Amino acid sequence: MGILDHHKKIETHATLLLVLSFLVVTIGGIVQIVPLFYLENTIEKVEGMRPYSPLEIKGREIYLREGCYNCHSQMIRPMRDEVERYGHYSLAAESMYDHPFQWGSKRTGPDLARLGGRYSDDWHVQHMIDPQSVVPESIMPPYGFMLNRELTRTDAEHVRDIMRVYRTLGHPYTDEMMELAVSDFFAQADEFGDPVAERYPGAQQRSFDGQEGIVTEMDAIIAYMQMLGTLVDFDTFVPDPSR
Amino acid sequence: MAEETENKVKPPSRQYPDPAKKIEQEVKTTGHSWDGIEEYDNPMPRWWVWIFIITIVWSFGYWIAYPAWPGIQSATSGLLGYSSRANVTQEIAEFEERNEVFFAQLNDTELDEIREDDELMRFAVNAGGSVFAAQCSQCHGAGGAGVQAAGYPNLLNDDWLWGGTMEDIHQTILYGIRNEDFPDARWSEMPAFGRDGLLDDEEIDQVVHYVLSLSGSDHDAELAAAGAENYEMNCASCHMDDGSGDYFIGAPALNNQIWLYGGSFEAIRHSIYYSRFGVMPGFAERLREAEIRAVAAYVHQLGGGQ
Repeated sequence: MGILDHHKKIETHATLLLVLSFLVVTIGGIVQIVPLFYLENTIEKVEGMRPYSPLEIKGREIYLREGCYNCHSQMIRPMRDEVERYGHYSLAAESMYDHPFQWGSKRTGPDLARLGGRYSDDWHVQHMIDPQSVVPESIMPPYGFMLNRELTRTDAEHVRDIMRVYRTLGHPYTDEMMELAVSDFFAQADEFGDPVAERYPGAQQRSFDGQEGIVTEMDAIIAYMQMLGTLVDFDTFVPDPSR
Repeated sequence: MAEETENKVKPPSRQYPDPAKKIEQEVKTTGHSWDGIEEYDNPMPRWWVWIFIITIVWSFGYWIAYPAWPGIQSATSGLLGYSSRANVTQEIAEFEERNEVFFAQLNDTELDEIREDDELMRFAVNAGGSVFAAQCSQCHGAGGAGVQAAGYPNLLNDDWLWGGTMEDIHQTILYGIRNEDFPDARWSEMPAFGRDGLLDDEEIDQVVHYVLSLSGSDHDAELAAAGAENYEMNCASCHMDDGSGDYFIGAPALNNQIWLYGGSFEAIRHSIYYSRFGVMPGFAERLREAEIRAVAAYVHQLGGGQ
């Protein structure tokens, strides 16, 4: 009973209890969190990852605004059924430019981590206007209003501000990217615009919503969706099996 | 009132012990007292304490068996050598190996002969069905019925755009339709008769009625007769005089009541005025040959295979 009696001292001294609890939580935190910053497992580098282009950032903002993450995850787990259905399991590095990441365990709709290139732009537009017209069993609400929401210079400048914040978080946006952020924002929705892919390798550039001449929220969200999961070339990626 | 209540209330049949009184006798209090309220010093339930101890003991075994403690370069890997990545790779490889027998057989069998081998056909339909669910159902529907509003073809009927033999279906899946990824993609383009000014509005209305008449749909006989000449001059070279269509250039049959974009006057008028340009991706680089053959077999047996 000796040790338990000593414990009683801690229990009956509020300050001592506070100090010691803090110590225990700190040790637990250090053991769990600190290794994530240096273990090979979590900081695995992969070819092809780049920060989001301005229009993709806007698409991502809309994705967050509409709460898409409530039903869709962006994380393919290393399990056979998921890999067969969605594609290669997700890597930690694929979320390195996500603040916050879009992982999740609740899938009312399918996982979207490798959505890019899987459907045509037309399909996406149709699906956003009336999800049940292409997927009868779907319970997704319609988002056709995005077709009518034209994006303005203010939206582009807001995205540039977001990029500035991202830059302070360590995203490798160059001075050139920052300078051209607003023009890139509009150029990506125009097939004949200044090629955005020069600065953002693999960025797709066209009128995504089929409405030439104007840039809408639909352009932004489809530009974002068509990029998801396409940046890493898995033909050249060699996974470390011990992870 | 009072009398009534007295009559109705029966005395309790048994005397229950007062729980508070009982505890007071057996359990000590902590000695704390707040405004006369005292705190019992009940021990935690025995089963709870035991489970707590067992989980602590269990954790030692877990640390040894599974990856657990972080080190300098990597975490301890555990005696069982568990790795989610290695597991999934191994599991997929295992199934690949089992399927490989059938995949090889699919590749070696002439397309037309696949359905003559019962076991192979069963495999092809199941494998093709799961590929269809992952790659094709988005447009063609989970059951293959297509989506008329968007012009995604129905695969259940025996009306085909580019032909419904195993060879035709295989070719379509392999290279797709009107895409720029494959030089062998099926390609044809109908003129936009209205937008490009090839026919005026009145002539187009007449042709629409003529087209409706080909399948015996509701139409205006007089306007249809007036449209016959323009149909023969502009449409019949691809859609044929009788509207039976042409698989070779993907010209849809007009003489049945199966419509790709809908059979209303407006839908047909839209098709003639603006033309249509349905696109399908090719799967030659996304799927293996054996998988494409399996999907072809699956689609072929959906209902309309020729």
